[in-house]
Amino acid sequence: MAAPMSLLVEFGGGAELLFDGVKKHQVTLPCQPEPWDIRNLLKWIKQNLLKERPELFIQGDTVRPGILVLINDADWELMGELDYKLQDQDNVVFISTLHGG
Amino acid sequence: MPATCSACGTSPAALRRPKTGHALCRACFLAAFEEETHQAIVAGRLFRPGETVAIGASGGKDSTVLAHLLQLLDQRHGYGLRLLLLSVDEGIAGYRDASLAAVRRHQHRSGLPLHVVSYRQLYGWSMDRIARHLGPRNNCTFCGVFRRQALDRGALLMGADKIATGHNADDVAETVLMNFLRGDVGRLRRGAGAGPAGGEGAVPRCKPLRHAYEKEIVLYAYFQGLDYFSTECVYAPQAYRGYARALLKELEAARPSAVADLGHSGERLSLRSDLRMPARGTCQRCGYVASQPLCKACVLLEGLDRGLPKLGIGKHRRLRDKLQDGQPLTQEERRRLGALAEEEPPEEQVPLGELGRDEELWGKQELRGPRDLDF
Repeated sequence: MAAPMSLLVEFGGGAELLFDGVKKHQVTLPCQPEPWDIRNLLKWIKQNLLKERPELFIQGDTVRPGILVLINDADWELMGELDYKLQDQDNVVFISTLHGG
Repeated sequence: MPATCSACGTSPAALRRPKTGHALCRACFLAAFEEETHQAIVAGRLFRPGETVAIGASGGKDSTVLAHLLQLLDQRHGYGLRLLLLSVDEGIAGYRDASLAAVRRHQHRSGLPLHVVSYRQLYGWSMDRIARHLGPRNNCTFCGVFRRQALDRGALLMGADKIATGHNADDVAETVLMNFLRGDVGRLRRGAGAGPAGGEGAVPRCKPLRHAYEKEIVLYAYFQGLDYFSTECVYAPQAYRGYARALLKELEAARPSAVADLGHSGERLSLRSDLRMPARGTCQRCGYVASQPLCKACVLLEGLDRGLPKLGIGKHRRLRDKLQDGQPLTQEERRRLGALAEEEPPEEQVPLGELGRDEELWGKQELRGPRDLDF
């Protein structure tokens, strides 16, 4: 049983526009039987934070190609991507690269 | 914890580089990214000492990183450049006004001089007004053609020898893909967007970041805490480029080198030598580079001014000839060229100021402005 978990979730590079323009979200994830990983964090974000056009953020069970994910300021590609097991007080940042240059 | 940095072997890695797969820490990545940009500048002989370089500044991630890097590398390696920021105001409410605010913040922090040229001053039409006439499609065609000239004009006005733009490896790959899909042999031959990009306009251009992956540019900006503006242009969702972009991102997810490889393809592509290419001349009306009697901007403006906004888009040669011969068009023909049922009142006149006088703008090159002559 995973205990409730407190995270700082941030959106940038234009991704915040899908979240009412709010960049920083201090969130508390509820208790659940299985441990929290990025895969089910994305599901939770889709249900609880995402305000519009979900297809611009999530495709299938992962982020849309072109959105960078940083876990505690490290590229999620080095952290196991969707399988990374979240820890209390983790900082997860989503940055869109898809907006104007 | 992530792996250890493969360069210094001590700090935890902060990213995996898409081109090489190497895991680097923040400090080693920033140093490598800066050094690689410097190497690209040196190897491509992009600048000469004493040159004045206008940096095309949109306020977005690429041009913000480019301006930051050029200023840093110029100081570090003594390029001896005079750097300027040059912005184009297309007149897109809620998009360009906000991004220009980001450019102005950059101007204050960096101390670089900034010059803004606007579509309304240069062409008498803002993009918002063009879009009201044109509808949701083809806006990027107008905007792209007009921006190319606007940058040239601004650069001439500022006395720049060269324009540096923030195009990255992803932009170049998208352009190669688009030109290929459209069979645009002329652009493919000129490097498909991958080449030195000079020679097409009035002022030579260079793309110092054309080998840099978008991911690295964004992470460089993030790790350096650079302030940039990021909102999709209101007219972009209809653009063909968006589809090329989505395709490229999927290709990159499957094989990260796809981005660099496409740019390479664009550079290496060779065309049959007996292929006839349009001769490059100058526009009869404004003197800009053109392969037709009129440059693309003048044809597009002609359509706008006649209330036939689609005149310069697609294949309407027969109707253009008819107009040129002074023959009247039928209602159906006018409709095909996008004529509106009712004329809207003209946009409030902008005081012309120093930028509106085309003779002065083009004076150095003895070129005339696109609005100087009657059709």
